[in-house]
Amino acid sequence: MLEAIINGVSGLGAGFAHMHWSNPVMIVVGCFLLFLGIKKDVEPMLLVPIGFGAILVNIPLADLMGNEGFLRTIYDMGISNELFPLLIFIGIGAMTDFGPLLENPKIFLLGAAGQCGIFLTIGLALFFGFPQLDAVAIGVIGACDGPTAIYVTSRYAPHLLGAVSVAAYSYMSLVPVIQPPIMRLLTTKKERSIDMNAVNKSYKPASKNARIAFPLAITIIGGMIAPQGLPLLATIMLGNLMRESGVVARLTKASENEIANVVTLFLGISIGATMDGEKFLTSQTLMILAFGFIAICLDTVCGVLFAKLMNVMTGGKINPLIGAAGISAYPMAARVVQREGQRHNKQNFLLMHAVGANTGGQAGSVMAAAIMLSVLKGMGIIP
Amino acid sequence: MDNWTFGWTMIIVGMGGTMATLGFFAILMGVLKRIFPVKEEK
Repeated sequence: MLEAIINGVSGLGAGFAHMHWSNPVMIVVGCFLLFLGIKKDVEPMLLVPIGFGAILVNIPLADLMGNEGFLRTIYDMGISNELFPLLIFIGIGAMTDFGPLLENPKIFLLGAAGQCGIFLTIGLALFFGFPQLDAVAIGVIGACDGPTAIYVTSRYAPHLLGAVSVAAYSYMSLVPVIQPPIMRLLTTKKERSIDMNAVNKSYKPASKNARIAFPLAITIIGGMIAPQGLPLLATIMLGNLMRESGVVARLTKASENEIANVVTLFLGISIGATMDGEKFLTSQTLMILAFGFIAICLDTVCGVLFAKLMNVMTGGKINPLIGAAGISAYPMAARVVQREGQRHNKQNFLLMHAVGANTGGQAGSVMAAAIMLSVLKGMGIIP
Repeated sequence: MDNWTFGWTMIIVGMGGTMATLGFFAILMGVLKRIFPVKEEK
């Protein structure tokens, strides 16, 4: 009897007895992510489930990521087969208005320049000794696009999923802090003061038919160019086609609300579940966080420099600040540009131009990932 | 494939391919606007 009681009591303390030093550290990290989400309003939709998932997976003996664990079930349901990021993309497509981009198509190039950080960071990660597919997963943080980063990483470097996802979403939310100093450093006061509304009066809005044809054309041609990335491209464009067609309002609303919300919950908690302290707390994770930061800085640098070039080529009609919006962090990057523009000229309303570049960055990040996957396939790196 | 070759291929083909594709999309969007002008709907 006494032995049974002692055994029973020892069972209650087994969790503490089996605790690895990394578990309490990760529980604190999880709490910090919750703090950022709840108290600081930093990407709460993601950081709350990620933080909670990180806490759950670091409680010893619960084995929630074991074969029978519920976190493993959610992970297998939508992360290991890349379904969740694709469902999120349908919602993103349904929420995105490509109208400002269609008004001024040449700013699509800024969306391309804003992806340069991806490829430069791949080179940097390789230089520091990361294996090739790991370097690709690290580089894709530079897409500044959570679902794209998750899609590529879960497919080709699943062991890095936690670090890459946390880096991607954290830096996305830090865009208003990271970008302004770079934008100021690379532009002159005169350039920052360019009023694009005053010097560009010839932009024509796109018709409804053009808006409907846009997602179709991009899917078909983009898919032909980079078939490996067609799932990414097709889902965002499907969402946009539903939005622009206007005939499936219920599906559009479901994609941008119910489906996106449910999937975001599952996605977040699954990502958190990959943050098992024993695997997560490594010098490699710190390096990934550092490379992610560099990737987003490089995106901003390339975007602003390319916009400066466009400004010269168009005879002063492009405010170089909008180059910083050529990333996928939507609409945050566009708001940063608007704010910076108004710091130097209160009457300067760059928002719509920046939104155009920002939606270009959103499509650009997907296209860059698609091209990257097709190049990898072409080189025989992936099957 | 060695890392040097892989890295430079990704930078040149990946970055170049992205620029070229989005540049093409920009032209395509201009064409779409011409095929489906706003006036037509009025």
